[in-house]
Amino acid sequence: MKRSLHKTAVWLIFLAFLHVIVLAAGFVAPYDPVQQDRDRPYAPPMAIHCVDRGGKIHLRPFAYVQRVKEGFFDQYEEDRATQIPLKFFVKGAPYRLLGIIPGKLHLFGTESGSINLFGTDGYGRDLFSRILHGAQVSLFAGLLAASISLFLGVLMGGASGYFGGWTDSIVMRFAELCLVLPWLYLLFGVRAFLPLLVSPMQAFLIVVIMIGALGWARPARLVRGVALSAKERDFVRAARGFGASHFYILRRHILPQTRSIILTQAAILIPQYILAEVTLSFLGLGIPEPAPSWGNLLSSLQQYSVLSSYWWMYLPALAMVPFFFGYLALSSSLQEEPRAAKIGL
Amino acid sequence: MRYLARRFLHAAMLLAATTVVTFLFTTLAPGNYFDEMRLNPQISPETLTALKARYDLDKPLPVRYLVWVKSLAHGEMGYSFAYNSPVLPLVAVRARNTLLLTITATLLAWLIALPLGVWSAEYAGRWLDHVITGTSAILLVIPDIALALGFLLIAVQTRWFPAGGMASVGAESLPFANRLWDLAQHMFLPATILVLIAQPILVRHIRAAVADVLGEGFIRAAEAHGIPRSRLLWRYALPAAANPLISLFGFSIGALLSGSLLVEVVTSWPGLGPFLLEAILARDLYVVIGGVLLSTVFLVAGNFIADVALFWADPRIRTE
Repeated sequence: MKRSLHKTAVWLIFLAFLHVIVLAAGFVAPYDPVQQDRDRPYAPPMAIHCVDRGGKIHLRPFAYVQRVKEGFFDQYEEDRATQIPLKFFVKGAPYRLLGIIPGKLHLFGTESGSINLFGTDGYGRDLFSRILHGAQVSLFAGLLAASISLFLGVLMGGASGYFGGWTDSIVMRFAELCLVLPWLYLLFGVRAFLPLLVSPMQAFLIVVIMIGALGWARPARLVRGVALSAKERDFVRAARGFGASHFYILRRHILPQTRSIILTQAAILIPQYILAEVTLSFLGLGIPEPAPSWGNLLSSLQQYSVLSSYWWMYLPALAMVPFFFGYLALSSSLQEEPRAAKIGL
Repeated sequence: MRYLARRFLHAAMLLAATTVVTFLFTTLAPGNYFDEMRLNPQISPETLTALKARYDLDKPLPVRYLVWVKSLAHGEMGYSFAYNSPVLPLVAVRARNTLLLTITATLLAWLIALPLGVWSAEYAGRWLDHVITGTSAILLVIPDIALALGFLLIAVQTRWFPAGGMASVGAESLPFANRLWDLAQHMFLPATILVLIAQPILVRHIRAAVADVLGEGFIRAAEAHGIPRSRLLWRYALPAAANPLISLFGFSIGALLSGSLLVEVVTSWPGLGPFLLEAILARDLYVVIGGVLLSTVFLVAGNFIADVALFWADPRIRTE
């Protein structure tokens, strides 16, 4: 038990670390995610060097300037004669941390010339910055949708298991219906009947509420199971005997028992919902340009020319992997030892 | 028998409820297919009203639902505004393409996962098990969309196999054998992606089910009787572990139409997925409902088939 508690903590720290980086996207990313540079469309990723052509070691890392090849608009060659030194903690594009705290300081950047670690997209926007800012959107969508699902699940499942009777049968029949419908298709179906052209903020809310509301059934079933067994426990009966209200018992005695299930479900649902947002945005039904999200960053890969010539547009897909790894590891370590979730985590 | 009848009734009721729910979403629609025509000066408002009346879009919801149910009974499933044709034949062609791909992929996935899962359980804790479970863990961590796009990228960059579509240009005129080969080449990319997506889940479940059974007394008894290990695994352990696997297989069948949506869009396989996406963007209402309904039919049918198979395979259920 101790070992898996330890494991759970490790994965939690790993995930927290990733999320802090994403939360601080404005600081970590060198550029504004929507800032265009029409002179540098589809610039390939830049390598960071410490040793120059002559074999001399530089303490300050640098990159070589990329120049557009004669007669091309999207082909670049490195100009090995000109170095762009990498500067840390430089002033750059203004941003707002967490949407509130204004700042200008960036973790790294340059004084002249641009540095694009992951290259640029068709509008010359820095892909590295876009991935980080897109992560904010996608992760937040997943977290918010999962909270909606869990909230609805606890509400419906708790009521259903606790009150039983016809409440239970109606809620559970409805849950069954939601579970049997093909999830992604249903998501599509619902999306089909909502307005297509909306502002990024509205689109974000539509997508999040839709994903969250459609996913309530699975947590509801699990919570119902706990509530069913919990209401037969002696201390619950005793509380009832002392005249405690239903609401008080649900809040004070039933809900705390569902905590481990809720935590495990959260670890399972969040990555699933992130992926749902990514899929919807990838297909053009989610969060629209110019706001970045992992999904709409990948959507340019639907063009053959991008696939064949600009492989780095695939990098957002790889950026997802560590997050999914963290969440999967967390959920499996939570499942291994359900008690780990109970002890103050 | 009563058990089966109950399951069947249950499935039928679920389907009926599905039609109501999917149809209810149409009330949420802020616009319809003809709204965009309003901007077109060549179409008079009278024509639009007439068009809407023709497709019963001016009627209240319950009436529309009944009209739709009637057309479902006629084998039409409503009318596609964009294709100007009944929905069912349109959807059927796309569904056939999807099934061609997913049945192949599902069979392959199970054929590969079964030995991997069984070996993994048999050699639990040894290097073969570590290799198999490690690979599944890696595959599980890579999101579907990253896997699909990654393979597409490889296909386009290396040109080892065709990346998109279902047939080469002019393939219709080829002799049958060549056409089949052409189809197989095109199917390679989407089928590989689907197999890899399904693999980790299947292997994990099979491994867990078989490992459970291998710890039981009758296996040790059989081993003590000198029954060879391979016979023990495949004839004794696997059937005993079949119960959860049959449910899983039911899921596989159920997901035949709906599980490949993203992969189809990514590899431009002309199946139900891209068709549905197109219909959503065009607000082709009845096509969307038809697509959702058809894939739900498959899910429900998959569950029902699993119930029947369990009933047949597991005597414990029959006596209940």
